[in-house]
Amino acid sequence: MSEHSSSPLKTYVTIWLTLLAGTALTVYAATVDLGHFNAAVALTIASCKALLVALFFMHIRGASEKLVKLVVIATVFFLFILLALSMADYGTRAWS
Amino acid sequence: MALAKRRFPLPDSQTIPGQTVAVHGEGHNPALLHHFAEQQQQRDAASLGMWIFLATEVMFFGGLFCAYLIYRLKYFAEFSAASKTLALSLGATNTAVLICSSLTVVLAVYAAQHAKRSMLLGNLILTIILGFVFLGIKAVEYNEKFEKHHVPGPSFQFNEVNIPGHPGQYANPSHAQIFFALYFVMTGLHALHMIIGIGIFVWLLTAAWKGRFTPQYNTPVEIGGLYWHFVDIIWIYLFPLLYLIDRHP
Repeated sequence: MSEHSSSPLKTYVTIWLTLLAGTALTVYAATVDLGHFNAAVALTIASCKALLVALFFMHIRGASEKLVKLVVIATVFFLFILLALSMADYGTRAWS
Repeated sequence: MALAKRRFPLPDSQTIPGQTVAVHGEGHNPALLHHFAEQQQQRDAASLGMWIFLATEVMFFGGLFCAYLIYRLKYFAEFSAASKTLALSLGATNTAVLICSSLTVVLAVYAAQHAKRSMLLGNLILTIILGFVFLGIKAVEYNEKFEKHHVPGPSFQFNEVNIPGHPGQYANPSHAQIFFALYFVMTGLHALHMIIGIGIFVWLLTAAWKGRFTPQYNTPVEIGGLYWHFVDIIWIYLFPLLYLIDRHP
């Protein structure tokens, strides 16, 4: 019941501070010249932040329903298909 | 009235049409809808429905992210020049504002589950205030775009802007316009979601004020919270993609 789906307050504050630190880190990382890796680093930090929000704030971690986890995984999978197949098309075209 | 105290589901042999009225008698939990067997099932169904809605939202924004990706790869020089005209400090502040609002939302859900009335009301109010702060900062940024003529359309101007790392080369205004079109559509749709989210939280606040939420029944707070966190996640991606292209000197 409700006790299982809500983490203690201490966890929430820790996650909140981590997310703020992640924001500062991504701004700092953007000022460093990493060549092509700037975008990869920015997206990795964003994905870590999104994962923390989903797991702890949206309570996927303690979800009693396996169906919820299935929906989340399916969502990411279909988003990946959307991006991957579009890029497979545009990436292999002869742009003028 | 013996049936009134019976919990759902009734065995098949007892679901006689004439007796259904008796089932909704005084023993029935008013927060539990007829078609659910128990509170947990009702909560899980609502939560699953919200997650499926969020899945459609991911695909909705996913199309825009895909368009962004294609044009960023094609016109990277202009995207990087245009991205540098965005106010980094305002964008970073807005990211922090949304992260703080996600904390107040999760605290509100906790308060609703543990019958802490003043904590619930306080955090709902804080969430609404932070939502307005975000929109206010966004309005300042939009205003700056209008002043600089960076809004796509007939008055769009992006002349003689240097491409970062290529001195003497100017960005093609029509390519930069694509960046600003994506910027306005993506942040505009996100802002629309924020406005809807604030509306949801105003409704939650009035319901909480009337004392509708108890440790047994707080699904609306939880579901509204899921929506708010989703909008936060979209911004977590929008911020580096729009504001942080090629920022290094």
